Amino acid sequence: MASEVQANNGVNVEALLAAKEALSNAPEAAQFKWRAACEWKDGTHSHSTVESFYGLGQDQHRKTTFAFDADHPEVFASLDKGATPVEYVLVGLASCLTAGIAAVAQNRNIQLKSVKATIEGDMDLAGILGIDSDVRNGFSGITVKYNIDADAKPEDIEALVAQSQKRSAVYDIVTNPTNVTVVVN
Amino acid sequence: MSRCLAERSIDHVLLERGEIAHTWRTERWDSLRLLTPNWQSRLPGFRYDGDDPDGYRTMPEVIDFLGDYAKAISAPVRTHTTVTSVRSDGAGYLVRTDRGEWRCRTVVLASGACNIARLPDFAVRAPPSITMLTAQSYRNPGQVADGGVLVVGASASGTQIAQELQRSGRQVTLSVGEHIRAPRVYRGKDLEWWMDAAGVLDERYDEVDDIRRARRVPSLQLAGTPDRTTLDLNSLVHLGVRLVGRLAGITEDGKAQFAGSLRNMCALSDLKMARLLDLIDEWARDNGLDTTVGPPDRPPPTHVEDNPPLGLDLASGAIRTIIWATGYRPDYSWLELPVLDRKGYVRHDGGVAEHPGMYLMGMQFLRRRKSALIDGAGDDARDLSAHLASYLG
Repeated sequence: MASEVQANNGVNVEALLAAKEALSNAPEAAQFKWRAACEWKDGTHSHSTVESFYGLGQDQHRKTTFAFDADHPEVFASLDKGATPVEYVLVGLASCLTAGIAAVAQNRNIQLKSVKATIEGDMDLAGILGIDSDVRNGFSGITVKYNIDADAKPEDIEALVAQSQKRSAVYDIVTNPTNVTVVVN
Repeated sequence: MSRCLAERSIDHVLLERGEIAHTWRTERWDSLRLLTPNWQSRLPGFRYDGDDPDGYRTMPEVIDFLGDYAKAISAPVRTHTTVTSVRSDGAGYLVRTDRGEWRCRTVVLASGACNIARLPDFAVRAPPSITMLTAQSYRNPGQVADGGVLVVGASASGTQIAQELQRSGRQVTLSVGEHIRAPRVYRGKDLEWWMDAAGVLDERYDEVDDIRRARRVPSLQLAGTPDRTTLDLNSLVHLGVRLVGRLAGITEDGKAQFAGSLRNMCALSDLKMARLLDLIDEWARDNGLDTTVGPPDRPPPTHVEDNPPLGLDLASGAIRTIIWATGYRPDYSWLELPVLDRKGYVRHDGGVAEHPGMYLMGMQFLRRRKSALIDGAGDDARDLSAHLASYLG
């Protein structure tokens, strides 16, 4: 890069670019499967874990098993032992976009000082409660608001956020339909 | 290429399945004009000498222009000769046609990147009540039933067809994915003039950051019209066109599903345009043009309604016609050599194919950003004919 000051956002862009090059030439290694396991506890409370995934031609195991409790809040007469599943979707979208912003900033040699997002999903409960069949179950819309402090012009920061959306897996999942197959063993 | 080969006294022949400019004669809609101004179509030893250098050629004018060039350089064209196969033959190639065989030491594939309209797999799920056309088969509004039209794709073809059909009184819905917005005229000069003058079009394939990506960039959202007006999504909305997101799928029961990414697609496009205009402003300043051209300005951001529709029932009768302006792919069904990548494109390095003696012309960013323009053929042909001559030894 021509710039004298190298940005450091803690993203190993060289490794990412090397992976891009390697996977361009080995499309089968780019086939990944992401996994989670979920077990009902009581009421609306469930306990999920994330540990292994498949990629680069084999199962990959993490050093840590991550755990997630999901429940519904007390206004739904639940015990509120974890975030609601729809809030996990918001967490997934915000964290995916934020990771993307860091990676794109690194690639464009932009030093980030602070990146903060708030995310809000609008939902009409008439859908999931079966009150009105014209109302969908899911969000009617999602709004993400970023406050970003970085060594860059406002339009460059806007471009970071736009490019992050373009390359975000969760943004794609949320904005496009996906075939879902549920089987009972 | 023929002209450059002739200059080097390399014996050659041009095989053409129809008449000269066949694709321009048979695969273009009636009102289409070239996207580049008349002055810009510069070919080796040939250029525009009419009285409207800033105009845009109609299709008959493009056909005449190419025919005149073929005459001017005495190009050895065999018309109505369809290539049926190209294969290896010892140190060279065996080219079979419906009018006999040719043996040659080198072969230049100039059959283009836009042979077959590319449709998404789910296009087959559109209800049978809907008539489907492509940017390749569309000719004029007279061909299209009264009623609603869904145009899929918002680059140069999709936006022009959407505009023409909306003006004809049909309600057009335009499905918008990735696209690149561009003003036709900027600071009083054609955008192509700026890109030419500032060297953007001469940028080389071995100088860009990511050539694979550069070769996939959609065409600029430009139109060549007599009044030189800008065609963009805002102007289409002003006409009454409804914008929706990228067409993500069609369900089994015929419902079109649009992505919720329209806002970002437009934001990306506005930002890209602003970067191009920044580059132009910088070049104008550095080259002392600020006093001779108009002041810098920025078109207003693309307006996207608050909640663009995410679905459309194609079986309801609201849509009678779908026009796919979703790009093209090359047809190499006659190329019997293992030179294609997994996406069906010939592997090459700046037009030099991996197979010795094989060359490529007229592909997106083949050697330069302008490679797919008529104006880009000359420089590519000069380079590649030199390589070809040294290969022949």
